[in-house]
Amino acid sequence: MAGQMKDPVKYLQRLLIVVVVVAFLFPFLWMILASFKTQQQIMSPQNMFAFTPTFQNYKDVFAQYDFLKFILNSFIIAVGSTLLSLVLGLPAAYSVARYHQNKLGLTILVARIVPGITFLIPWYILFTKLHLVDSFTSMILSHMLVGLPYIVWIMVPYFENIPIELEESARVDGCTIQEAFFRIVLPISGPGIITASIFSFVFSWNNFMFSLVLSGEKTKTLPIAVYSFLSYSEINWGGLMAAAVVITLPVLILALLSQKYIINGLTAGAVKG
Amino acid sequence: MFSRWLERNIKYVFPLPAVLFVLIMMVFPIAYTLRLSFFDWSMSSLVPPQWVGLGNYKTLIFSDPRFWPSISRTFSFTIAAVVVETVLGIIIALLFNQDFKGKNVLKTLFLLPMIATPVAIGLVWMLIYEPNIGLANKVLQLLHIPPQLWLASPKQVLTSLVVVDVWQWTPMIALMVLAGLTSLPTEPYEAALVDGATRWQMLTRITLPLLKPTILVAVLLRSIDALKTFDIIYSMTGGGPDFHSETINIYSFVQGFSYFKLGMTSALLMIFFVIVLAISFILVSARKGGET
Repeated sequence: MAGQMKDPVKYLQRLLIVVVVVAFLFPFLWMILASFKTQQQIMSPQNMFAFTPTFQNYKDVFAQYDFLKFILNSFIIAVGSTLLSLVLGLPAAYSVARYHQNKLGLTILVARIVPGITFLIPWYILFTKLHLVDSFTSMILSHMLVGLPYIVWIMVPYFENIPIELEESARVDGCTIQEAFFRIVLPISGPGIITASIFSFVFSWNNFMFSLVLSGEKTKTLPIAVYSFLSYSEINWGGLMAAAVVITLPVLILALLSQKYIINGLTAGAVKG
Repeated sequence: MFSRWLERNIKYVFPLPAVLFVLIMMVFPIAYTLRLSFFDWSMSSLVPPQWVGLGNYKTLIFSDPRFWPSISRTFSFTIAAVVVETVLGIIIALLFNQDFKGKNVLKTLFLLPMIATPVAIGLVWMLIYEPNIGLANKVLQLLHIPPQLWLASPKQVLTSLVVVDVWQWTPMIALMVLAGLTSLPTEPYEAALVDGATRWQMLTRITLPLLKPTILVAVLLRSIDALKTFDIIYSMTGGGPDFHSETINIYSFVQGFSYFKLGMTSALLMIFFVIVLAISFILVSARKGGET
């Protein structure tokens, strides 16, 4: 180890790695620091890092605005759209993987390519007619369009990698294909399903465009709530940063707890092609 | 009986719910938008949609003052962001491609910019760019450079937004390339060492050519998303100041949901759709060409 560190190239590399990581994490640090500052401390940045922290911003966010309701809305919509996407996506992905229905898989991926607004206009007209704007139904349905392609994208290669012999031996024992799917394939696909669900949940939680059009007072999600704070005449930076921390925290914790799965999910496309 | 029938038709039954969902929620809307692009309608129940043929397309292409600038901004933004992200991403991946303590922790931390809620990220960067109290100008002050307007400047706004996109998405390219690097074969390197190749030669003659498919996939995915960038731009600038950060996606959204010119918006979206599709197609065939 000591001999390694004497190598100037190695030393420089370590230094660069630290610089890169710090640069990419800095905005988060800045967000958290500002969320504990008063408006005056933010306005007069004499002591950027040394200051007496205040929890007032967090108290304000929860006391002045109905923030718990926004959190709950975001949660219901993210969980609902993820569960429904799994119900639709898992059998479809299995079928694509086992019967090589590549065209079908491709169709679902088109959702990733088509600009989201293309769907939004017809949906908006339709949901307005059905009085479904600002309802959990329309919010969950639209967010499924974000989650479903990720679930299919991640699960198709996952199912392809499960050895077919497992199912064949079950078939010999008298299982039907659907029984083999539910009793054998699904139970061993845990890691893949977790990865896919995390992606679906996170992208629904983060979704801005669909919610901007389809949500209202009843179903307002966190990103929309925070965005609407911006329109007040004087920007309360501390409050905004506290709200930003509250939105980001669940996603960050989820990512840290399941980092292995997420890296696999992200890189699935690269290795598999 | 039913389970027998199900077993025989499973390859139709299993995908059916997803296919129906995609038909109703995707295919039907695209067809509807295409149809609406030939009409003039502002979502009024009193005035029905009026057939204008290619009128909306003609207006956009020949007389709309905001159309062409939004197209060129979309391309400038995408090209600048994807090029910087790819170069930085490859460098970072090469840097991380060695064993060291805490590598997995660092890889995890590196994920955070791309999965953090974009609206929240936008707020943080707005504070950083704030001309009076923001960190960006404080740093410039230390370097004795006069303060800049950043997001409030028509000239700097697009670049400032590219910086945010680079911060958000360079990690994705880095992690994809890193995954590619770990799956490279070792034999070519052993042979190159025997031949006395330098580190630089091994990088440019072995590593990068072998990584080409991975890099192209990363560029493809990133380009598609960058063309469609919405959250960051809409929440930070709304397309301003004076439309100077208005990309096609932002322009479509404003036309549709602020002005409710639904026919015009649909025409705009069809043009955008064709652009995104064409670029995906070009990149996919570039990848196929590389493989043969």
